[in-house]
Amino acid sequence: MNRKTIFISVAGILLLAFGMATMIFQNHQATLHSGVAGQNQAVVQRQGAPVKGPADARVTIVEFFDPACGTCRDFYPYLKQFIDQYPGKVNVMLRYAPLHPGSDQVVKMLEAAHQQGKFWQALELLFLNQDRWIINHTSQPMRALNILNSLDIDQEKLVADMNSPEIARIIQKDLQDSQTLNVRATPEYFVNGRPMPSFGYQQLSQLVKEAVIEAY
Amino acid sequence: MDRKNLPQTSQTGWSLLFAAWIVVTTATLGSLFFSEVMGVPICVLCWYQRIAMYPLVLILALGLFPYDPRVVRYASALVVAGWLTALFQVLLVIGIIPESVQPCVQGIPCSDTHISIFGFLNIPALSLLTFTLVGILLFYSHKKESP
Repeated sequence: MNRKTIFISVAGILLLAFGMATMIFQNHQATLHSGVAGQNQAVVQRQGAPVKGPADARVTIVEFFDPACGTCRDFYPYLKQFIDQYPGKVNVMLRYAPLHPGSDQVVKMLEAAHQQGKFWQALELLFLNQDRWIINHTSQPMRALNILNSLDIDQEKLVADMNSPEIARIIQKDLQDSQTLNVRATPEYFVNGRPMPSFGYQQLSQLVKEAVIEAY
Repeated sequence: MDRKNLPQTSQTGWSLLFAAWIVVTTATLGSLFFSEVMGVPICVLCWYQRIAMYPLVLILALGLFPYDPRVVRYASALVVAGWLTALFQVLLVIGIIPESVQPCVQGIPCSDTHISIFGFLNIPALSLLTFTLVGILLFYSHKKESP
């Protein structure tokens, strides 16, 4: 064999090995995903996390989100749309995944608002005004707090709650579960425990549709 | 190709260069597998090592056809740069270099390792090993050409 033949053969073998390893890995992941669906509810959902939509819905979309995340803001209307599209059948649970610098303070703020029953108002306000409290991809908690001032909320209690060990424990639990579930980017969705095959509105919409058909 | 016209040293030199190419190509595909297929997050230091590693796949291949021993000279600059970055990261992972000096974005600290093979070989160690091996192969290939 001359050198060129050897070279081309080895290059071919290496590429083939890469392709095969990719296929094997993806097959393995696919079986893994279908296996965990439904079984990891204890990790996917948290008792007491903010829920929108009917409490007795059989399909729950769990979103791990960062209030500073632009895509989370853009997807928020779709979530409301799913609740309306399947009346009584779908609800949405939000869980914290503060990945942006500074967001850890902002999610504490949201959880404190949640304790006063104002989570969704606070979240919508923060999403609407994202460009006012995020500077260079960094959350500015003081600016966020100022924006929440316009809500009918007990501001002093909010600030006090933000630093409570109870809220720290809740955030910690969300962070821990997001690590268990391999959440590395926001938003990440789990529809009845099942993740999207790849990221996108179509994929999410399809997943919700399948879950509704399965549950009803 | 007519091998009879090539001196014996040239054959060994070529083979060593070819071995180096196999190593860098395997490392390149391996790193792409980790990040693109398995979805392991990439820190800044890993990118620096990739910048040094990936071009070697093409540069060494060009040095093989037609065989040009001087390719070792051009490749060595990249190997040294990659080796030093890998060494820095390995020291960071071990903890000899303190966390505060690491130039990493929040969320993906370079002192975090995600994969370990045989319990001790993480990706930075694998990278250091690869650059060392390529360095040795290129060195001997060069030596064969200029005894």
